[in-house]
Amino acid sequence: MADVKIGNLHKSYGTVEVLKDINLQVEDGAFVVLVGPSGCGKSTLLRSIAGLEPITSGAISIGGRNVSDLAPAQREIAMVFQSYALYPHMNVENNMAFGLKFAGVPKAEIADRVNEAARILQLEPLLKRRPRELSGGQRQRVAIGRAIVRHPKVFLFDEPLSNLDAALRINTRVEIARLHKLLKATIVYVTHDQVEAMTLADKIVVMNKGRVEQVGKPLELYYRPANLFVARFIGSPAMNTLAATLDGKGKAAAVAGVSLPLPAAVSGTGEITIGFRPEHCSIGKTGIPARVELVERLGETGYVHARTADGAALLVEVKGDPGLAQGAEVRVAPAAGHLHLFDGEGVRLAGT
Amino acid sequence: MRKPVSAFAVHAVLALYTALALFPIILVIMNSFKAKRAIFNTPLTPPMPWNFDPIGYSKVFGDSAIATYYMNSITVTVGTIFLTLLFGAMAAWALTEYKFRWNTALAIFLSIGIMVPIRLGSVSIIQLVSDLNLINTLTALILVYVAQNLPLAVFILSEFIQQIPRDLREAGRCDGLSEYNIFFYIILPLLRPAMATVAVFTMIPVWNDLWFPLLLAPTGGKQTITLGVQQFLGQYITDWNAVLAALSTAIIPVLVLYVIFSRQLIRGLTSGAVK
Ligand SMILES: Nc1ncnc2c1ncn2[C@@H]1O[C@H](COP(=O)(O)OP(=O)(O)OP(=O)(O)O)[C@@H](O)[C@H]1O
Ligand SMILES: [Mg+2]
Repeated sequence: MADVKIGNLHKSYGTVEVLKDINLQVEDGAFVVLVGPSGCGKSTLLRSIAGLEPITSGAISIGGRNVSDLAPAQREIAMVFQSYALYPHMNVENNMAFGLKFAGVPKAEIADRVNEAARILQLEPLLKRRPRELSGGQRQRVAIGRAIVRHPKVFLFDEPLSNLDAALRINTRVEIARLHKLLKATIVYVTHDQVEAMTLADKIVVMNKGRVEQVGKPLELYYRPANLFVARFIGSPAMNTLAATLDGKGKAAAVAGVSLPLPAAVSGTGEITIGFRPEHCSIGKTGIPARVELVERLGETGYVHARTADGAALLVEVKGDPGLAQGAEVRVAPAAGHLHLFDGEGVRLAGT
Repeated sequence: MRKPVSAFAVHAVLALYTALALFPIILVIMNSFKAKRAIFNTPLTPPMPWNFDPIGYSKVFGDSAIATYYMNSITVTVGTIFLTLLFGAMAAWALTEYKFRWNTALAIFLSIGIMVPIRLGSVSIIQLVSDLNLINTLTALILVYVAQNLPLAVFILSEFIQQIPRDLREAGRCDGLSEYNIFFYIILPLLRPAMATVAVFTMIPVWNDLWFPLLLAPTGGKQTITLGVQQFLGQYITDWNAVLAALSTAIIPVLVLYVIFSRQLIRGLTSGAVK
């Protein structure tokens, strides 16, 4: 196993810059998840690490060795593709053994490695089948098996679960977590599923428009998003954000005509954005005035959709049935300690 | 649900077409077993004990030159198929997979080759072949036929290669295969149905061609069977028994090749390249 270091990586297609100055460290044995909206460059970054895309500038090193100019095979990585990319004309066994044959691994060892992977992934009864005779989940396991047998230093996954149905996705997610523990592997994993990211990751990398917005532990991103983008992206349903004005004394912020007390001393004046999560606010006697537009009742919890006089949407999670009707006037109060403050550029205010 | 009537109509049309296409062939085969008189007097009667005469076949098989002509035809056809498929697939792969300077220009150049009949260049081809000292060789024929068939082969195979998922090639790269190995071990096996299609389209015109054998290899024992049969066609007397027997036997090799390719061919026509 090995660590991965990415320094000042740039990648352009013609004049379009898709990756802008990426700096990233993946520690030995870490499970790092790349998330971000569609088209932000997650796959491109992963493929750059794999060596499938030439990079424009910067450096990638794996296990302390600069691999920027090496071919994929020499980087000692293994990639699991979203489409699985199993060779259709080979059975499961040969799919896994194929790369090893070309690497000149002795026959006996190939058999050992394939059998071990088959055992770990419960593929033994399927070894003689062709990919088209397998279910989606089984193909997925073969794809992972093909990665395992290579004994790579780093595993790269590009949205491996997105072609599976919901139930299988949960199983496979647990399976991948188990494999990570078992193999003590370094893993870089791309997804746009939040739950996958939060549950699997040691470290999440949030990307946006080719930049890294924030790197951190899952709960760090949840509780202390570094900027508005991360605040809105992490957490489901998304965080409420409202324009506000600082009073200059650092005591309170004016929002939609009311004054909200601030948690810690914040210096400065001016326009800011405040944010709080639907699960971190409540409907009560004080707080931001809003009009109820819709109440969703999901059983144990429910969601109240409301709108302020300025037209900003607010979402509040409630326990049980709030007993509110459409058009009701309510006040929404953020829970103490769960208020996020961002400056004009959307960067989290210092000291909060 | 399709109505049985329309299915019946479809089959009736197909049957009619099949009969139309097979009629001359059956006529040739039938008459090849008949005596000369019977060929002319009762061309539509099948061979019967009273008009049966295998003289045509004994002449054809007795003539050692004819066997050579067969071998020539087979060599030329198989050689052409092999080289067309190999180079066609390689060129198609290069043109679709790699970005290089003259990529588009080359693709356009090849598609012009589909549109312009190669026979327009016959005069310069003769000159070239004669400068290369290849007159009356099978090599000349194979080279010309490969040139003739390559553009369409590249075109068809490119379409199929584009349908092979990119991930598959990249999985190969991650597995440490060289670009040649990716081509030979991943792309070629997946292209089999497409290559069968190309093979069939290639082999029939090549087997039947009379033009280039006449121009490039008319003598010296390098005639193909289509040309060789002409020796039985005289200005004044034509040995119809021999001509019909030679033509009938000439069907067999193409038929064998077709059977070899047909299973793949049908898959190629119906399925697209790879799922
Ligand atoms: N070959 C290419 N040529 C030009 N632009 C490309 C190419 N491949 C990708 N891009 C662009 O690079 C950007 C990043 O693409 P990428 O596939 O990395 O996105 P992603 O984050 O993986 O998105 P998704 O979640 O939809 O998979 C996109 O805007 C895309 O249009
Ligand atoms: Mg992607």
